[in-house]
Amino acid sequence: MGILKKERDFVLPGDKIVESLDYLPGKNCFRDGNSIYSKRVGLVSFKGRVIEVIPLTGMYIPEPGDMIIGEIKDVQFSGWAVDINSPYQAFLPLSGVREFIDPAKMDLSKVYGIGELIYAKVTSVGPSKGVNLSMRDPSARKFKNGRIIKITPVKVPRVIGKKGSMINLIKERTACRIYVGQNGVIWLQGENEPLAAKAIKMIEEMSHIEGLTNYIENLLKNEGKIKGQVMK
Amino acid sequence: MSNFKRADGRAADELRPVTMKVGVLKKADGSAMVSLGDTVAVAAVYGPRELYPKHLQNNERAILQCNYTMAPFSTKERVRPGPSRRSVEISKVTREALEPALFLEEFPRSTIDVYVVILQANAGTRTAGINAASLALADAGIPMRGLVTAIAAGKIEDTYVLDLTGDEEEITACDLPIAYIPREKKFTLIQMDGDIPPEDVKNIIKLAVKGCETLHEHQRKALLGKWSKEGS
Amino acid sequence: MNIQNQYIRNLITKGDRIRGRALDQYRDIVIEKNPIKNAEGSALVKIGKTEVMVGVKLDIGEPFADTPDEGILIAGAEFSPIASPEFELGPPGENAIELARVVDRGIRESKCIDMKKLCIKKGEKVWMVNIDIQPLSHDGNLIDAAGIAAIVALMNARLPKLEDDKVVYGEKTDTTLPVNDIPIPVTVAKINGKLFVDPDLEEEDSIDARLTITTKSNGNVCALQKGRTGSFSFEEIEEAIKISVRKGKEIREIVKSLKT
Repeated sequence: MGILKKERDFVLPGDKIVESLDYLPGKNCFRDGNSIYSKRVGLVSFKGRVIEVIPLTGMYIPEPGDMIIGEIKDVQFSGWAVDINSPYQAFLPLSGVREFIDPAKMDLSKVYGIGELIYAKVTSVGPSKGVNLSMRDPSARKFKNGRIIKITPVKVPRVIGKKGSMINLIKERTACRIYVGQNGVIWLQGENEPLAAKAIKMIEEMSHIEGLTNYIENLLKNEGKIKGQVMK
Repeated sequence: MSNFKRADGRAADELRPVTMKVGVLKKADGSAMVSLGDTVAVAAVYGPRELYPKHLQNNERAILQCNYTMAPFSTKERVRPGPSRRSVEISKVTREALEPALFLEEFPRSTIDVYVVILQANAGTRTAGINAASLALADAGIPMRGLVTAIAAGKIEDTYVLDLTGDEEEITACDLPIAYIPREKKFTLIQMDGDIPPEDVKNIIKLAVKGCETLHEHQRKALLGKWSKEGS
Repeated sequence: MNIQNQYIRNLITKGDRIRGRALDQYRDIVIEKNPIKNAEGSALVKIGKTEVMVGVKLDIGEPFADTPDEGILIAGAEFSPIASPEFELGPPGENAIELARVVDRGIRESKCIDMKKLCIKKGEKVWMVNIDIQPLSHDGNLIDAAGIAAIVALMNARLPKLEDDKVVYGEKTDTTLPVNDIPIPVTVAKINGKLFVDPDLEEEDSIDARLTITTKSNGNVCALQKGRTGSFSFEEIEEAIKISVRKGKEIREIVKSLKT
């Protein structure tokens, strides 16, 4: 009986976290009998009475409210099919764009063409994972240039940092514009792109190291000085 | 009990030397290598990912596809490439051994693909493959009810023998491979060929369960080896 | 899971079955021996509406290098669309392959055929026993029907005439195959922890898992095969073995009663 794991303990699929009916299984957990177990490789997180496991590995599975970066894959009659780096292709309907469009009179590919990148909000996820997007969020936009890097989606929170501390540090030191999609796709643009990309990749690879922020701060300080000569 | 001595000096209930490593393949979403003595299996997992052709999709759950292959150089006599009746059957029972452990309903319309390749064979290849596949699924972040472990056992002279070698397979009264989810105490693969009384079947299964419990500890260590450092 | 599956599952959970059978009750088993003239041995087995034809063809071939003084046993199955709208043309799929291999294993491991007696000339010529399984109507439990048909076909096979070590087909001798045991496969299905035998097609569509247990006359187990995506507990395996020994004995009596 009782609580077998504590906050941020490492768990594997099938590991028992609590043996108690006082708790509820949240994300990546399940109940079997009196106990709650982990479904995935991850870290335990108690949210009041709800137990979650923060996964350390896995695909991006869209959830309503997520801001993602997607690529237009197809222009259809009533909207656009969008690749969101997930098992599920998303759909951006005409009702999800700011402009009024009459598909009978207008070429939709003039609005978003195949291959173009958008920063969009996941508005709904259906029971069989039909994903709808919207560009009506104030921060949503189409990217005209810049570059992208892809990271493991579960590492996105590390790149953002507590209340955006990590990503703001990178933005500040590299003077880059950076958008981080929850789906692990990151867009950046600015003179010091290579350094920003290097910092992000480093966070992904070394996310487990203690004092990561200091480490990244040093990297940005030292390499930031040698403008234009930054190694990839 | 007779005093049957094993050629490699093992105790009757002793596994061959076990090596397990997670994350051995660069391109796979999850991967693992498992060796028991001279038998070496590598498994790769992709997904969940989009499933084509679309008519194969299931709106309520992901489908699991497994393929078991022996490398042509894995045995003394070259294995002819391409599917054989044996490999088709093993692919099927492998899938059926793994599927009870997975929460496939979380990923409607998608596929999870498991590829097992036997690089070196000295008996017990299907069970080594299942051990590797289970690790690769956890490594890929697929939600699981628990890890799946597998091992074969048999009876030589009057002795129940765990983890048969190729030479032992020649003289055993039966070859009985199982797959087992230790957390649930459930059997997900049961096969046997031989000629033994029901009492022996039960005792051999019990011996195999002991082997699975040991393998489960090895699996845990292998996953800890790759992922626990992320837990800080 | 559709309504019908759910209905069947609820019934089984209560210990009832959709056609009113007891959990340990087979549908009627009807066996016809040697219906195929051109086969050296054959059998048609009907379990309810499931019908499986098995033909045994004998030929002469070279023995395998590791068993130079033994005959060769080969089992194959083809799921032709004649047996079910679900079956498709093409090379055998995994279900057909599994069926053939489970039947093969039961016959082979029981050692019910004395393979040494099938040697004609050591290292050169032996009898090859081809067991071909052809489902005619698939209404569930093909494995048991095929396994019973296979052993009956073998028991009733007669060697063809030989002339200069060549087979003269169509002319059978009085020599039968050296069959000395009757291995019987019994498939035990499981729904919600309830075990039952001989699932029909609708039941088969609703089961969690199945375990086929082939037993011999002395009660020994000679093959096991778990199928489908559910699992079994140790106690369930114990129970399934008990059931299969008992039902296997009953079916073996039916098979024996055919023998003239």
